[in-house]
Amino acid sequence: MDAPVPGSSFTDLLEMMGMSAGNALPAGATPPSVPEGTTVLALRYRGGVVLAGDRRATEGFLVAHRRIRKVFPADQFSAVAIAGTAGLAMDMVRLFQVELEHYEKIEGIRLSLEGKASFLARLVRGQLPMAMQGLVVVPLFAGYDDKEDRGRVYTFDVVGGRYEETDFGSTGSGSRLAKAFLRTVYEEDMPVDDATAIAVKALVAASTEDTATGGPDLKRGILPNVIRIDGGGLVEVSDDVILPIAEDAVESVR
Amino acid sequence: MTIPFYVAPEQMVRDKAEFARKGIARGRSIVAVDYGEGVLLMAENPSTALHKISELYDRIAFAGVGRYNEFETLRKAGIRQADLMGYLYSREDVTAMGLATAFSQTLGVIFIRDPKPYEVEILIAEISEDGSEHRLFRISYDGTLFDERRYVAIGGKAEQLVEALEEQWSEGMTLAEAFNIGIEAFRRAEGRDPEGWELAMLDSKNGRRAFRRLTEADISEGA
Repeated sequence: MDAPVPGSSFTDLLEMMGMSAGNALPAGATPPSVPEGTTVLALRYRGGVVLAGDRRATEGFLVAHRRIRKVFPADQFSAVAIAGTAGLAMDMVRLFQVELEHYEKIEGIRLSLEGKASFLARLVRGQLPMAMQGLVVVPLFAGYDDKEDRGRVYTFDVVGGRYEETDFGSTGSGSRLAKAFLRTVYEEDMPVDDATAIAVKALVAASTEDTATGGPDLKRGILPNVIRIDGGGLVEVSDDVILPIAEDAVESVR
Repeated sequence: MTIPFYVAPEQMVRDKAEFARKGIARGRSIVAVDYGEGVLLMAENPSTALHKISELYDRIAFAGVGRYNEFETLRKAGIRQADLMGYLYSREDVTAMGLATAFSQTLGVIFIRDPKPYEVEILIAEISEDGSEHRLFRISYDGTLFDERRYVAIGGKAEQLVEALEEQWSEGMTLAEAFNIGIEAFRRAEGRDPEGWELAMLDSKNGRRAFRRLTEADISEGA
């Protein structure tokens, strides 16, 4: 069969058209100071996954943005959360979102969850030259696997390594703190509301120790972004639902 | 040196047009009906695997009749153009008008340049965001672009279908009513009962991606 040019991949199409962004700084260049995203996490509950992210972006020791968004729907059944160089990461997410929808429209069928994770790993791998120069992007990917009827969580490293996590995953500056917290409270097959509550608490716990992670800012009304995904699809949890959970978390985390 | 045969341009265009029309007439037709809230697309299609109707972009649908591989090539090209535009600029910059013009250009060039024209007709539907009339386009095998209102039909029986729809279409129909006049139009045009439907709607209530495939049961349950 002749090569299906340009095939079903939007990213390949962009490359073919010479429209993809360059992925390296000039040799010897020092990376500019740019906003960095900090802590995001995902955990499995009974029949699905929940993803949560704080809202802060830092530039050195300064707060660059207070209301940045780091958790994004990828398609109807998966979401991606980002940490690292915010600008590059958001661009990667946008490309990933278009890629999934493009594939679905061209092929008439959605990619498998595993297929989506593999593709994201390829995008991360493509960023390696930038990562070597200090502009690192490390996403977190989670979604509902309809073949296995369960939520799945994937973490990545800068070279495009893809790791499936059994319970939860986290990335960004506060990720170790968030994981340490989750390790003590996580239970398998938790109900969705409990999972949402510990996700928010883990972010609050991370924010109390890591200055780059922003806790809920109740005065300014800045709350974590939370996405839930199960067999029924993806839902962005509204601030009205998050507010009491965040208040409780701020109260209970010492 | 051999002298190539001279064929008058009129003759060439006539021959190609006749060839394309014959090819299209062999296939089954498709209609799109504006039902106020959205647009219903109906193709008589006994196959459940091969689609004639598909999603192009957030509020835009595509349908093709004629040779499957040819309209499939056009469909994919349309999706590529739409996704590229939306990615480079903004999602709202992708319009049915822009895509219909591109299809028209492509088909026009193929008709003149290639020895064999595409034996296809294309339909593009776009639902409006502000509640004004939805947009329907029809593009013929030679690239001629038609801007239609309320309903549109493509395929061998297009004329008869449009006649039947004209009699029955009324403002503010429900989805089920639109489906019923579609069935009736097919019955009259074909003089027999339709064999299996491929159905899809564009409707704002489906969210950003307004396109949704339907079954007959979905429609009777009020989709």
